[in-house]
Amino acid sequence: MSRIVNKTELVPNIHEMLVEAPQIAAKALPGQFVVVMADETGERVPLTIADFDRDQGTITLILMVVGTSSRKLARLRAGDAFHALLGPLGHPSEIEDYGSIIMVAGGVGTAPIYPIARALRDKGNRVITIQGARNRDLLFWRDRMAAVSDEHIITTDDGSAGRKGLVTEPLRERLAADNGKTIGCVYAIGPTIMMKCCSDTTRPFDVRTIVSLNTIMVDGTGMCGGCRVEIGGETRFTCVDGPEFDGHLVNWSTMMARQRIYHTSEQCSLTRYLDEVSTS
Amino acid sequence: MSAVNRQQRTPMPEQDPATRARNFEEVPLGYTPEQAQQEAARCLNCKKRECVAGCPVEVDIPAFVHLIAESEFAAAARKIKETNALPAVCGRVCPQESQCESKCVLGKKWEPLAIGRLERFAADYERMNNLVELPEKQPPNGKKVAIIGAGPSGLTVAGDLILLGYGVTIFEAFHRPGGVLMYGIPEFRLPKAIVESEVDYLRQLGVRIELNQVIGRSITIDELTEDLGFDAVFVGVGAGLPYFLGIEGEQLGGVYAANEYLTRTNLMRAYRFPEYDTPIVKGRTVCVLGGGNVAMDAARTARRLGAEHVYIVYRRSKAELPARAEEVHHAEEEGIIFKLLAAPLAFEGNGDGMVQRMRCQEMELGEPDDSGRRRPVPKAGCEFTIETDLVIVAIGGGANPLLTKSTPGMELNRRGYIVADDAGKTSKPRVWAGGDIVTGSATVIEAMGAGRRAARAIHECLSG
Ligand SMILES: Cc1cc2nc3c(=O)[nH]c(=O)nc-3n(C[C@H](O)[C@H](O)[C@H](O)COP(=O)(O)OP(=O)(O)OC[C@H]3O[C@@H](n4cnc5c(N)ncnc54)[C@H](O)[C@@H]3O)c2cc1C
Ligand SMILES: Cc1cc2nc3c(=O)[nH]c(=O)nc-3n(C[C@H](O)[C@H](O)[C@H](O)COP(=O)(O)OP(=O)(O)OC[C@H]3O[C@@H](n4cnc5c(N)ncnc54)[C@H](O)[C@@H]3O)c2cc1C
Ligand code: SF4
Ligand code: SF4
Ligand code: FES
Repeated sequence: MSRIVNKTELVPNIHEMLVEAPQIAAKALPGQFVVVMADETGERVPLTIADFDRDQGTITLILMVVGTSSRKLARLRAGDAFHALLGPLGHPSEIEDYGSIIMVAGGVGTAPIYPIARALRDKGNRVITIQGARNRDLLFWRDRMAAVSDEHIITTDDGSAGRKGLVTEPLRERLAADNGKTIGCVYAIGPTIMMKCCSDTTRPFDVRTIVSLNTIMVDGTGMCGGCRVEIGGETRFTCVDGPEFDGHLVNWSTMMARQRIYHTSEQCSLTRYLDEVSTS
Repeated sequence: MSAVNRQQRTPMPEQDPATRARNFEEVPLGYTPEQAQQEAARCLNCKKRECVAGCPVEVDIPAFVHLIAESEFAAAARKIKETNALPAVCGRVCPQESQCESKCVLGKKWEPLAIGRLERFAADYERMNNLVELPEKQPPNGKKVAIIGAGPSGLTVAGDLILLGYGVTIFEAFHRPGGVLMYGIPEFRLPKAIVESEVDYLRQLGVRIELNQVIGRSITIDELTEDLGFDAVFVGVGAGLPYFLGIEGEQLGGVYAANEYLTRTNLMRAYRFPEYDTPIVKGRTVCVLGGGNVAMDAARTARRLGAEHVYIVYRRSKAELPARAEEVHHAEEEGIIFKLLAAPLAFEGNGDGMVQRMRCQEMELGEPDDSGRRRPVPKAGCEFTIETDLVIVAIGGGANPLLTKSTPGMELNRRGYIVADDAGKTSKPRVWAGGDIVTGSATVIEAMGAGRRAARAIHECLSG
């Protein structure tokens, strides 16, 4: 169990892993995540369950290479097993009929957005997706996203695909044009700064906005308090109370500061790891 | 051998404070066989055996001590194991001064027998000389028991039931078994190799351990009994919910709950970063909030991670410190400074989201509260600040609701702990519980005692 069945590099530095995990696949719901360890000395890394196949007993993980832990995970190949894999963790997304819904996916945020969008569409929502990336080469799962969207908007920072600019621009336009108030909810998942900007964008329109926070975690079961965030002035744990929260209630500045806590250590770890890999 | 010294205990050698404050190796070094025999000879082999009554699992103290005096070290270990499956652990971490040793007759006039040290000696001797023998098991009885949580309570249930012929599977959320023994209590008090060898012993007996299984999420209790064919379930998931103070600045980097700080260090081995990948904030000036054993463990860990100044900030005075006297003493020896009668008001950051300063209120002792301890009250107009770059909140915790919330039909008390009778029976059919998730944070040996009673009750129920 927890063997990697298949691995592909979708775009530079973003990997798709198909993992044999029948027990997790049987339970997984959109919005949930797993915790994985690459090896015995590794960190416990949370990754979204980007897809699951109950019949095949597999889950799909999307991994973006950032520092040491994600690099270690990216080095695993088909046939290898994780040192640890547990889940599904976190609350599943609430799949309701909102009428129309806008799903904003930034970068690797496409991974969590995809299964949620699919479930919401199956529920009867009209799904408008806005998929953003820095440039064309970093866009992945365009076909999958198109397949679960009634309308599929692409943005890139440099205009190499879709519309040039940030995801917040079409988001604002759509909301401004929504006179009939048919858009009942906005999902925004991606880099923290993008989720914050999307929440700022939707605030004047008073539309419910859900974000999925990627705080630093250890256990993933509510035991350590490391993943805490301030939601509407109260301390909540992302791993058990989230990971989805109302974007208008998140204290973004403390959230972002907490993501930087280990910045120096992470650099040190990465330098050491790259040295080790290059000499091995 | 020289004449028996009934007055004083045989000292146990320790690492020197200055050296040990910079390493993670165990502080007390253990008795040599000669020292153990010398100490064992002090025992009066009393008829009334008051010491035994002071032990939550009733270890046959005079008998095992006598075997040590007779140089029958491995037999002594086996004697202890008749009622205590984890003697190497208990000999190290039991609060003996309030349990077995508090009742020892020698202690009425002189120093009590060093029961914990002797227990540790016997267990270490047996393990280090590869003398551990597997006891006889009853033939398989075809019944299966699921145990949730591989802490001391769950390990005890497993050890008892496997010998009675049950098929036993432990489900543990973490990637390493042991519970608080693995992620909470630091290496320098309880080497993890010892916990591992105790767990290996259970594996050799045939206990299955399924790691990375968060019951309530991966599998529910109802699925264990209804779909997976378990005849009974024991819940020993510990307390495991950290409390924060709810004051300003708690979100700052460098402010940890003790659970996270200790888990990063012990379970994830951040003290060996970057060899291990999990990082930890290393403060130069560290404030630990709280006065219990967990606070002492956190403070001593911070010291070993290189802190220059480590403060224990506690609201009451030294007399009210809930930590064991030995822990306080060890902390003081290692240069930990006690800032008593002080309570935190707020944390201030450095502009980059990391803690830089703590504002505190001076306190004084007022009237006794419900617990009989004098209540700390703020001293008007007396505030002060401490410059600090690492704060560890060790003010206790509560019941983690992850499992209990996903388990219909199990009665909880007002504070979220599982309601169970003395034998561990819960309101849910076929489900027993014990340890910290029933009593709130207690001790290793009490959790083991609860496990023993539950194992007995499960056996009675399933064999009746
Ligand atoms: C619920 C959740 C779901 C996630 N889903 C995905 C996903 O599907 N795909 C994906 O590529 N990434 C996902 N992440 C983020 C992923 O966990 C981090 O990118 C990864 O841990 C980075 O580790 P690193 O050592 O490579 O980078 P580092 O160099 O250690 O860190 C880079 C940044 O990653 C974050 N990070 C570091 N350590 C952790 C940690 N233990 N837990 C969480 N974040 C950390 C911090 O913000 C840090 O500054 C998710 C995070 C959460 C909380
Ligand atoms: C830092 C610290 C120091 C201590 N020092 C001492 C000491 O010196 N002496 C002493 O006697 N006592 C000490 N204690 C207290 C003692 O460790 C506990 O009372 C004891 O460990 C409780 O045992 P338990 O079996 O109830 O649970 P725990 O030891 O808490 O173990 C519970 C296990 O269950 C697992 N679990 C939790 N939820 C789930 C789930 N949903 N599914 C599967 N598994 C799950 C956990 O991961 C854990 O491994 C200390 C405690 C701490 C925190
Ligand atoms: S188990 Fe603990 S309380 Fe009992 S005899 Fe041993 S050290 Fe004392
Ligand atoms: S009370 Fe003390 S002296 Fe008497 S049997 Fe127990 S340990 Fe020995
Ligand atoms: S990761 Fe430890 S409480 Fe959430």
